[in-house]
Amino acid sequence: MIYKETGQYKSSYKSDHAIFPLLQDKIAFSTLMFIAFLIIPFVINSYWEKAILVPFLIFSLAAIGLNILTGYCGQVSLGTGGFMAVGAFSTYKIMTYFPDMNIMIIILISGLITAAVGIIFGLPSLRIKGFYLAVATLASQFFLVWLFNKVPWFYNYSDTGQITVSERTMFGIPVTGAEAPSYATYLFCLVLVVTLSFAAKNLIRSKMGRSWMAIRDMDIAAEIIGVPPLKTKLSAFAISSFYIGVAGALYFAVFLGAIEVTESFDIMTISFPVLFMIIIGGLGSMLGSFLGAAFVVTLPIGLKFLMVDMVGLSAVTAKHFEITIWGLLMIVFLIVEPHGLARLWSIAKEKLRRWPFPY
Amino acid sequence: MSVELLNFIETVLNGLMSGVMYSLVALGFVLIFKASGVFNFAQGVFALFAALTLVGYQTGQVPFAHLINELFGTNYHNWYASMPNFLAIFLTMVTMIALAWIIERLVLKHLVNQDPIILFMATIGLAFALEGVGDLMWGSDVKVLDVGIPSGGSIWLEEATIGLAAEGSDYYGMYVDVLNIWATVIAVILVVSLALFSQYTKTGRALRAVADDHQAALSVGISLRSIWILVWAISGFIAMVAGIMWGTESGVQFSLSLIALKALPVLILGGFTSIPGAIIGGLLIGVGEKLAEIYIGGYFETGALENWFAYVMALVFLLFRPQGLFGDKIIERV
Repeated sequence: MIYKETGQYKSSYKSDHAIFPLLQDKIAFSTLMFIAFLIIPFVINSYWEKAILVPFLIFSLAAIGLNILTGYCGQVSLGTGGFMAVGAFSTYKIMTYFPDMNIMIIILISGLITAAVGIIFGLPSLRIKGFYLAVATLASQFFLVWLFNKVPWFYNYSDTGQITVSERTMFGIPVTGAEAPSYATYLFCLVLVVTLSFAAKNLIRSKMGRSWMAIRDMDIAAEIIGVPPLKTKLSAFAISSFYIGVAGALYFAVFLGAIEVTESFDIMTISFPVLFMIIIGGLGSMLGSFLGAAFVVTLPIGLKFLMVDMVGLSAVTAKHFEITIWGLLMIVFLIVEPHGLARLWSIAKEKLRRWPFPY
Repeated sequence: MSVELLNFIETVLNGLMSGVMYSLVALGFVLIFKASGVFNFAQGVFALFAALTLVGYQTGQVPFAHLINELFGTNYHNWYASMPNFLAIFLTMVTMIALAWIIERLVLKHLVNQDPIILFMATIGLAFALEGVGDLMWGSDVKVLDVGIPSGGSIWLEEATIGLAAEGSDYYGMYVDVLNIWATVIAVILVVSLALFSQYTKTGRALRAVADDHQAALSVGISLRSIWILVWAISGFIAMVAGIMWGTESGVQFSLSLIALKALPVLILGGFTSIPGAIIGGLLIGVGEKLAEIYIGGYFETGALENWFAYVMALVFLLFRPQGLFGDKIIERV
């Protein structure tokens, strides 16, 4: 009853191709946007910003990027951390060379630079497939992190090897640096994430997205019916890296403010968690990217709260427990629902459509 | 012989020896991949867990001591002061077999017929879980592992080679770690016995049958599950050997689990499905890395090439042979 679609007629192709064809989806989405844009900025505090909302937004963006490559185009990548580092360090270098440039433009240019790097590291995908490719993408992870760690030009010859963001403003309000108010950083990320998500959703529904999926489903068959593998795979690498690069730029400039590359962009802290996000959320699903990011960002907070505050373990033991439970949950989740949270949502939708008369 | 040539030989020799260490880890990967089609990312953590358990048994630590002490305010630490090495190693082996059984029962059984990437993710989860359990059980401090394998430079080799250089040159002889020689010997024994086992025993033949074709093996009455337990136990055993070797060299600590990342380029170089590939891939990577460090490393003032050089080397190989050196030929059909 709740998800009833009877009576909702489409009288034009345009309405038939709408992103949210159902009225219920439209209402739900508008409500969500209303809350996100008009309510949360007024009630947000520093804890919610730093611990949950901003990391959630940034990781959703990274998850969308990886989902384009892995979920839609079928190329498994373990190099997310390296590409995020490219975004972060591009932002830093552009900031130092062009102090007057708008931060939004800087971040988008960083995304473009990452896209170019992504194309270079995507080249082996034309020849290598499956797990061989996954391991090959690890090469980009290690090489890029090594590069940013060892070539002093990238961190402006600072003694610690750290890079630190300086203050930049949008409409007179600082959005980066220590002085930035919570609502400003949140809104800045939100605007980027919402715009880019819409762009991604539409890309996926376009010719390009369809050719990605054709390559994913069976690359040789796709090639035979005239999908060019070179262009398709490289475009997936480029666009995916663009998203991941923007996420990396935000991660550095807006979220952390100061980073050290080997720590912040490690394979264990970025690449695997982001891969886990898209798997737990649902491969090849936009909604899944967000759900997965939300799950991965909030779970450690919940676990820590449970372990340290409720049971009263020491921080070290709690950390070990967290790792254990984290790993076990990953396994349990994959066993129970290998198609991810997005699949659970579509099952729920199906149930809601028939409710309360299931037969 | 000139000093340059001797240095070159020494580098190659050391590279071969460290390559053996990589092969030991890669071997565990290949076995599991062949038999169950699982790309087991947890192999490195297996090695860490085995080494932790071995040290734990040796020194008689109470498992979960930290946790128990924190929860109940007690003060347990050790049961006994020490245990003979062979007994500790035997008990560790039993533990690894039990672990293989648990993994088959709780994880693999439920994931039959899933996509390879789902299985891969599950082993990442396994890696996290096992690392956490290992830390909880035995504590996360750096431990010294000593099972009586000698280490340090080989004086015999140093003295034997010192005379090879030309008269009056400033040559001190070759430096080769005895531990690495031992590792090589053990690896050779391991590989030979593995080959004999899979060639001449009934179980070994069943193992190869499963690796060849799951369904055909099932249809002639081979129990897939017991074979899987066996394979995971064997790679647990190999992980233990790797853990002992690496642990003796650099202490038992978290970074031990990262040797999995060292073994990955070996795997793609040698091919996921080939045991000789794992060995030769390991040797190639070991030699390549050492040579690169000495002969190319000088051009980069930054150093630390070993983080990625192996990967790039493997990548270059892959561009010419996408299935690795010895991997099964990839046949593509529509």
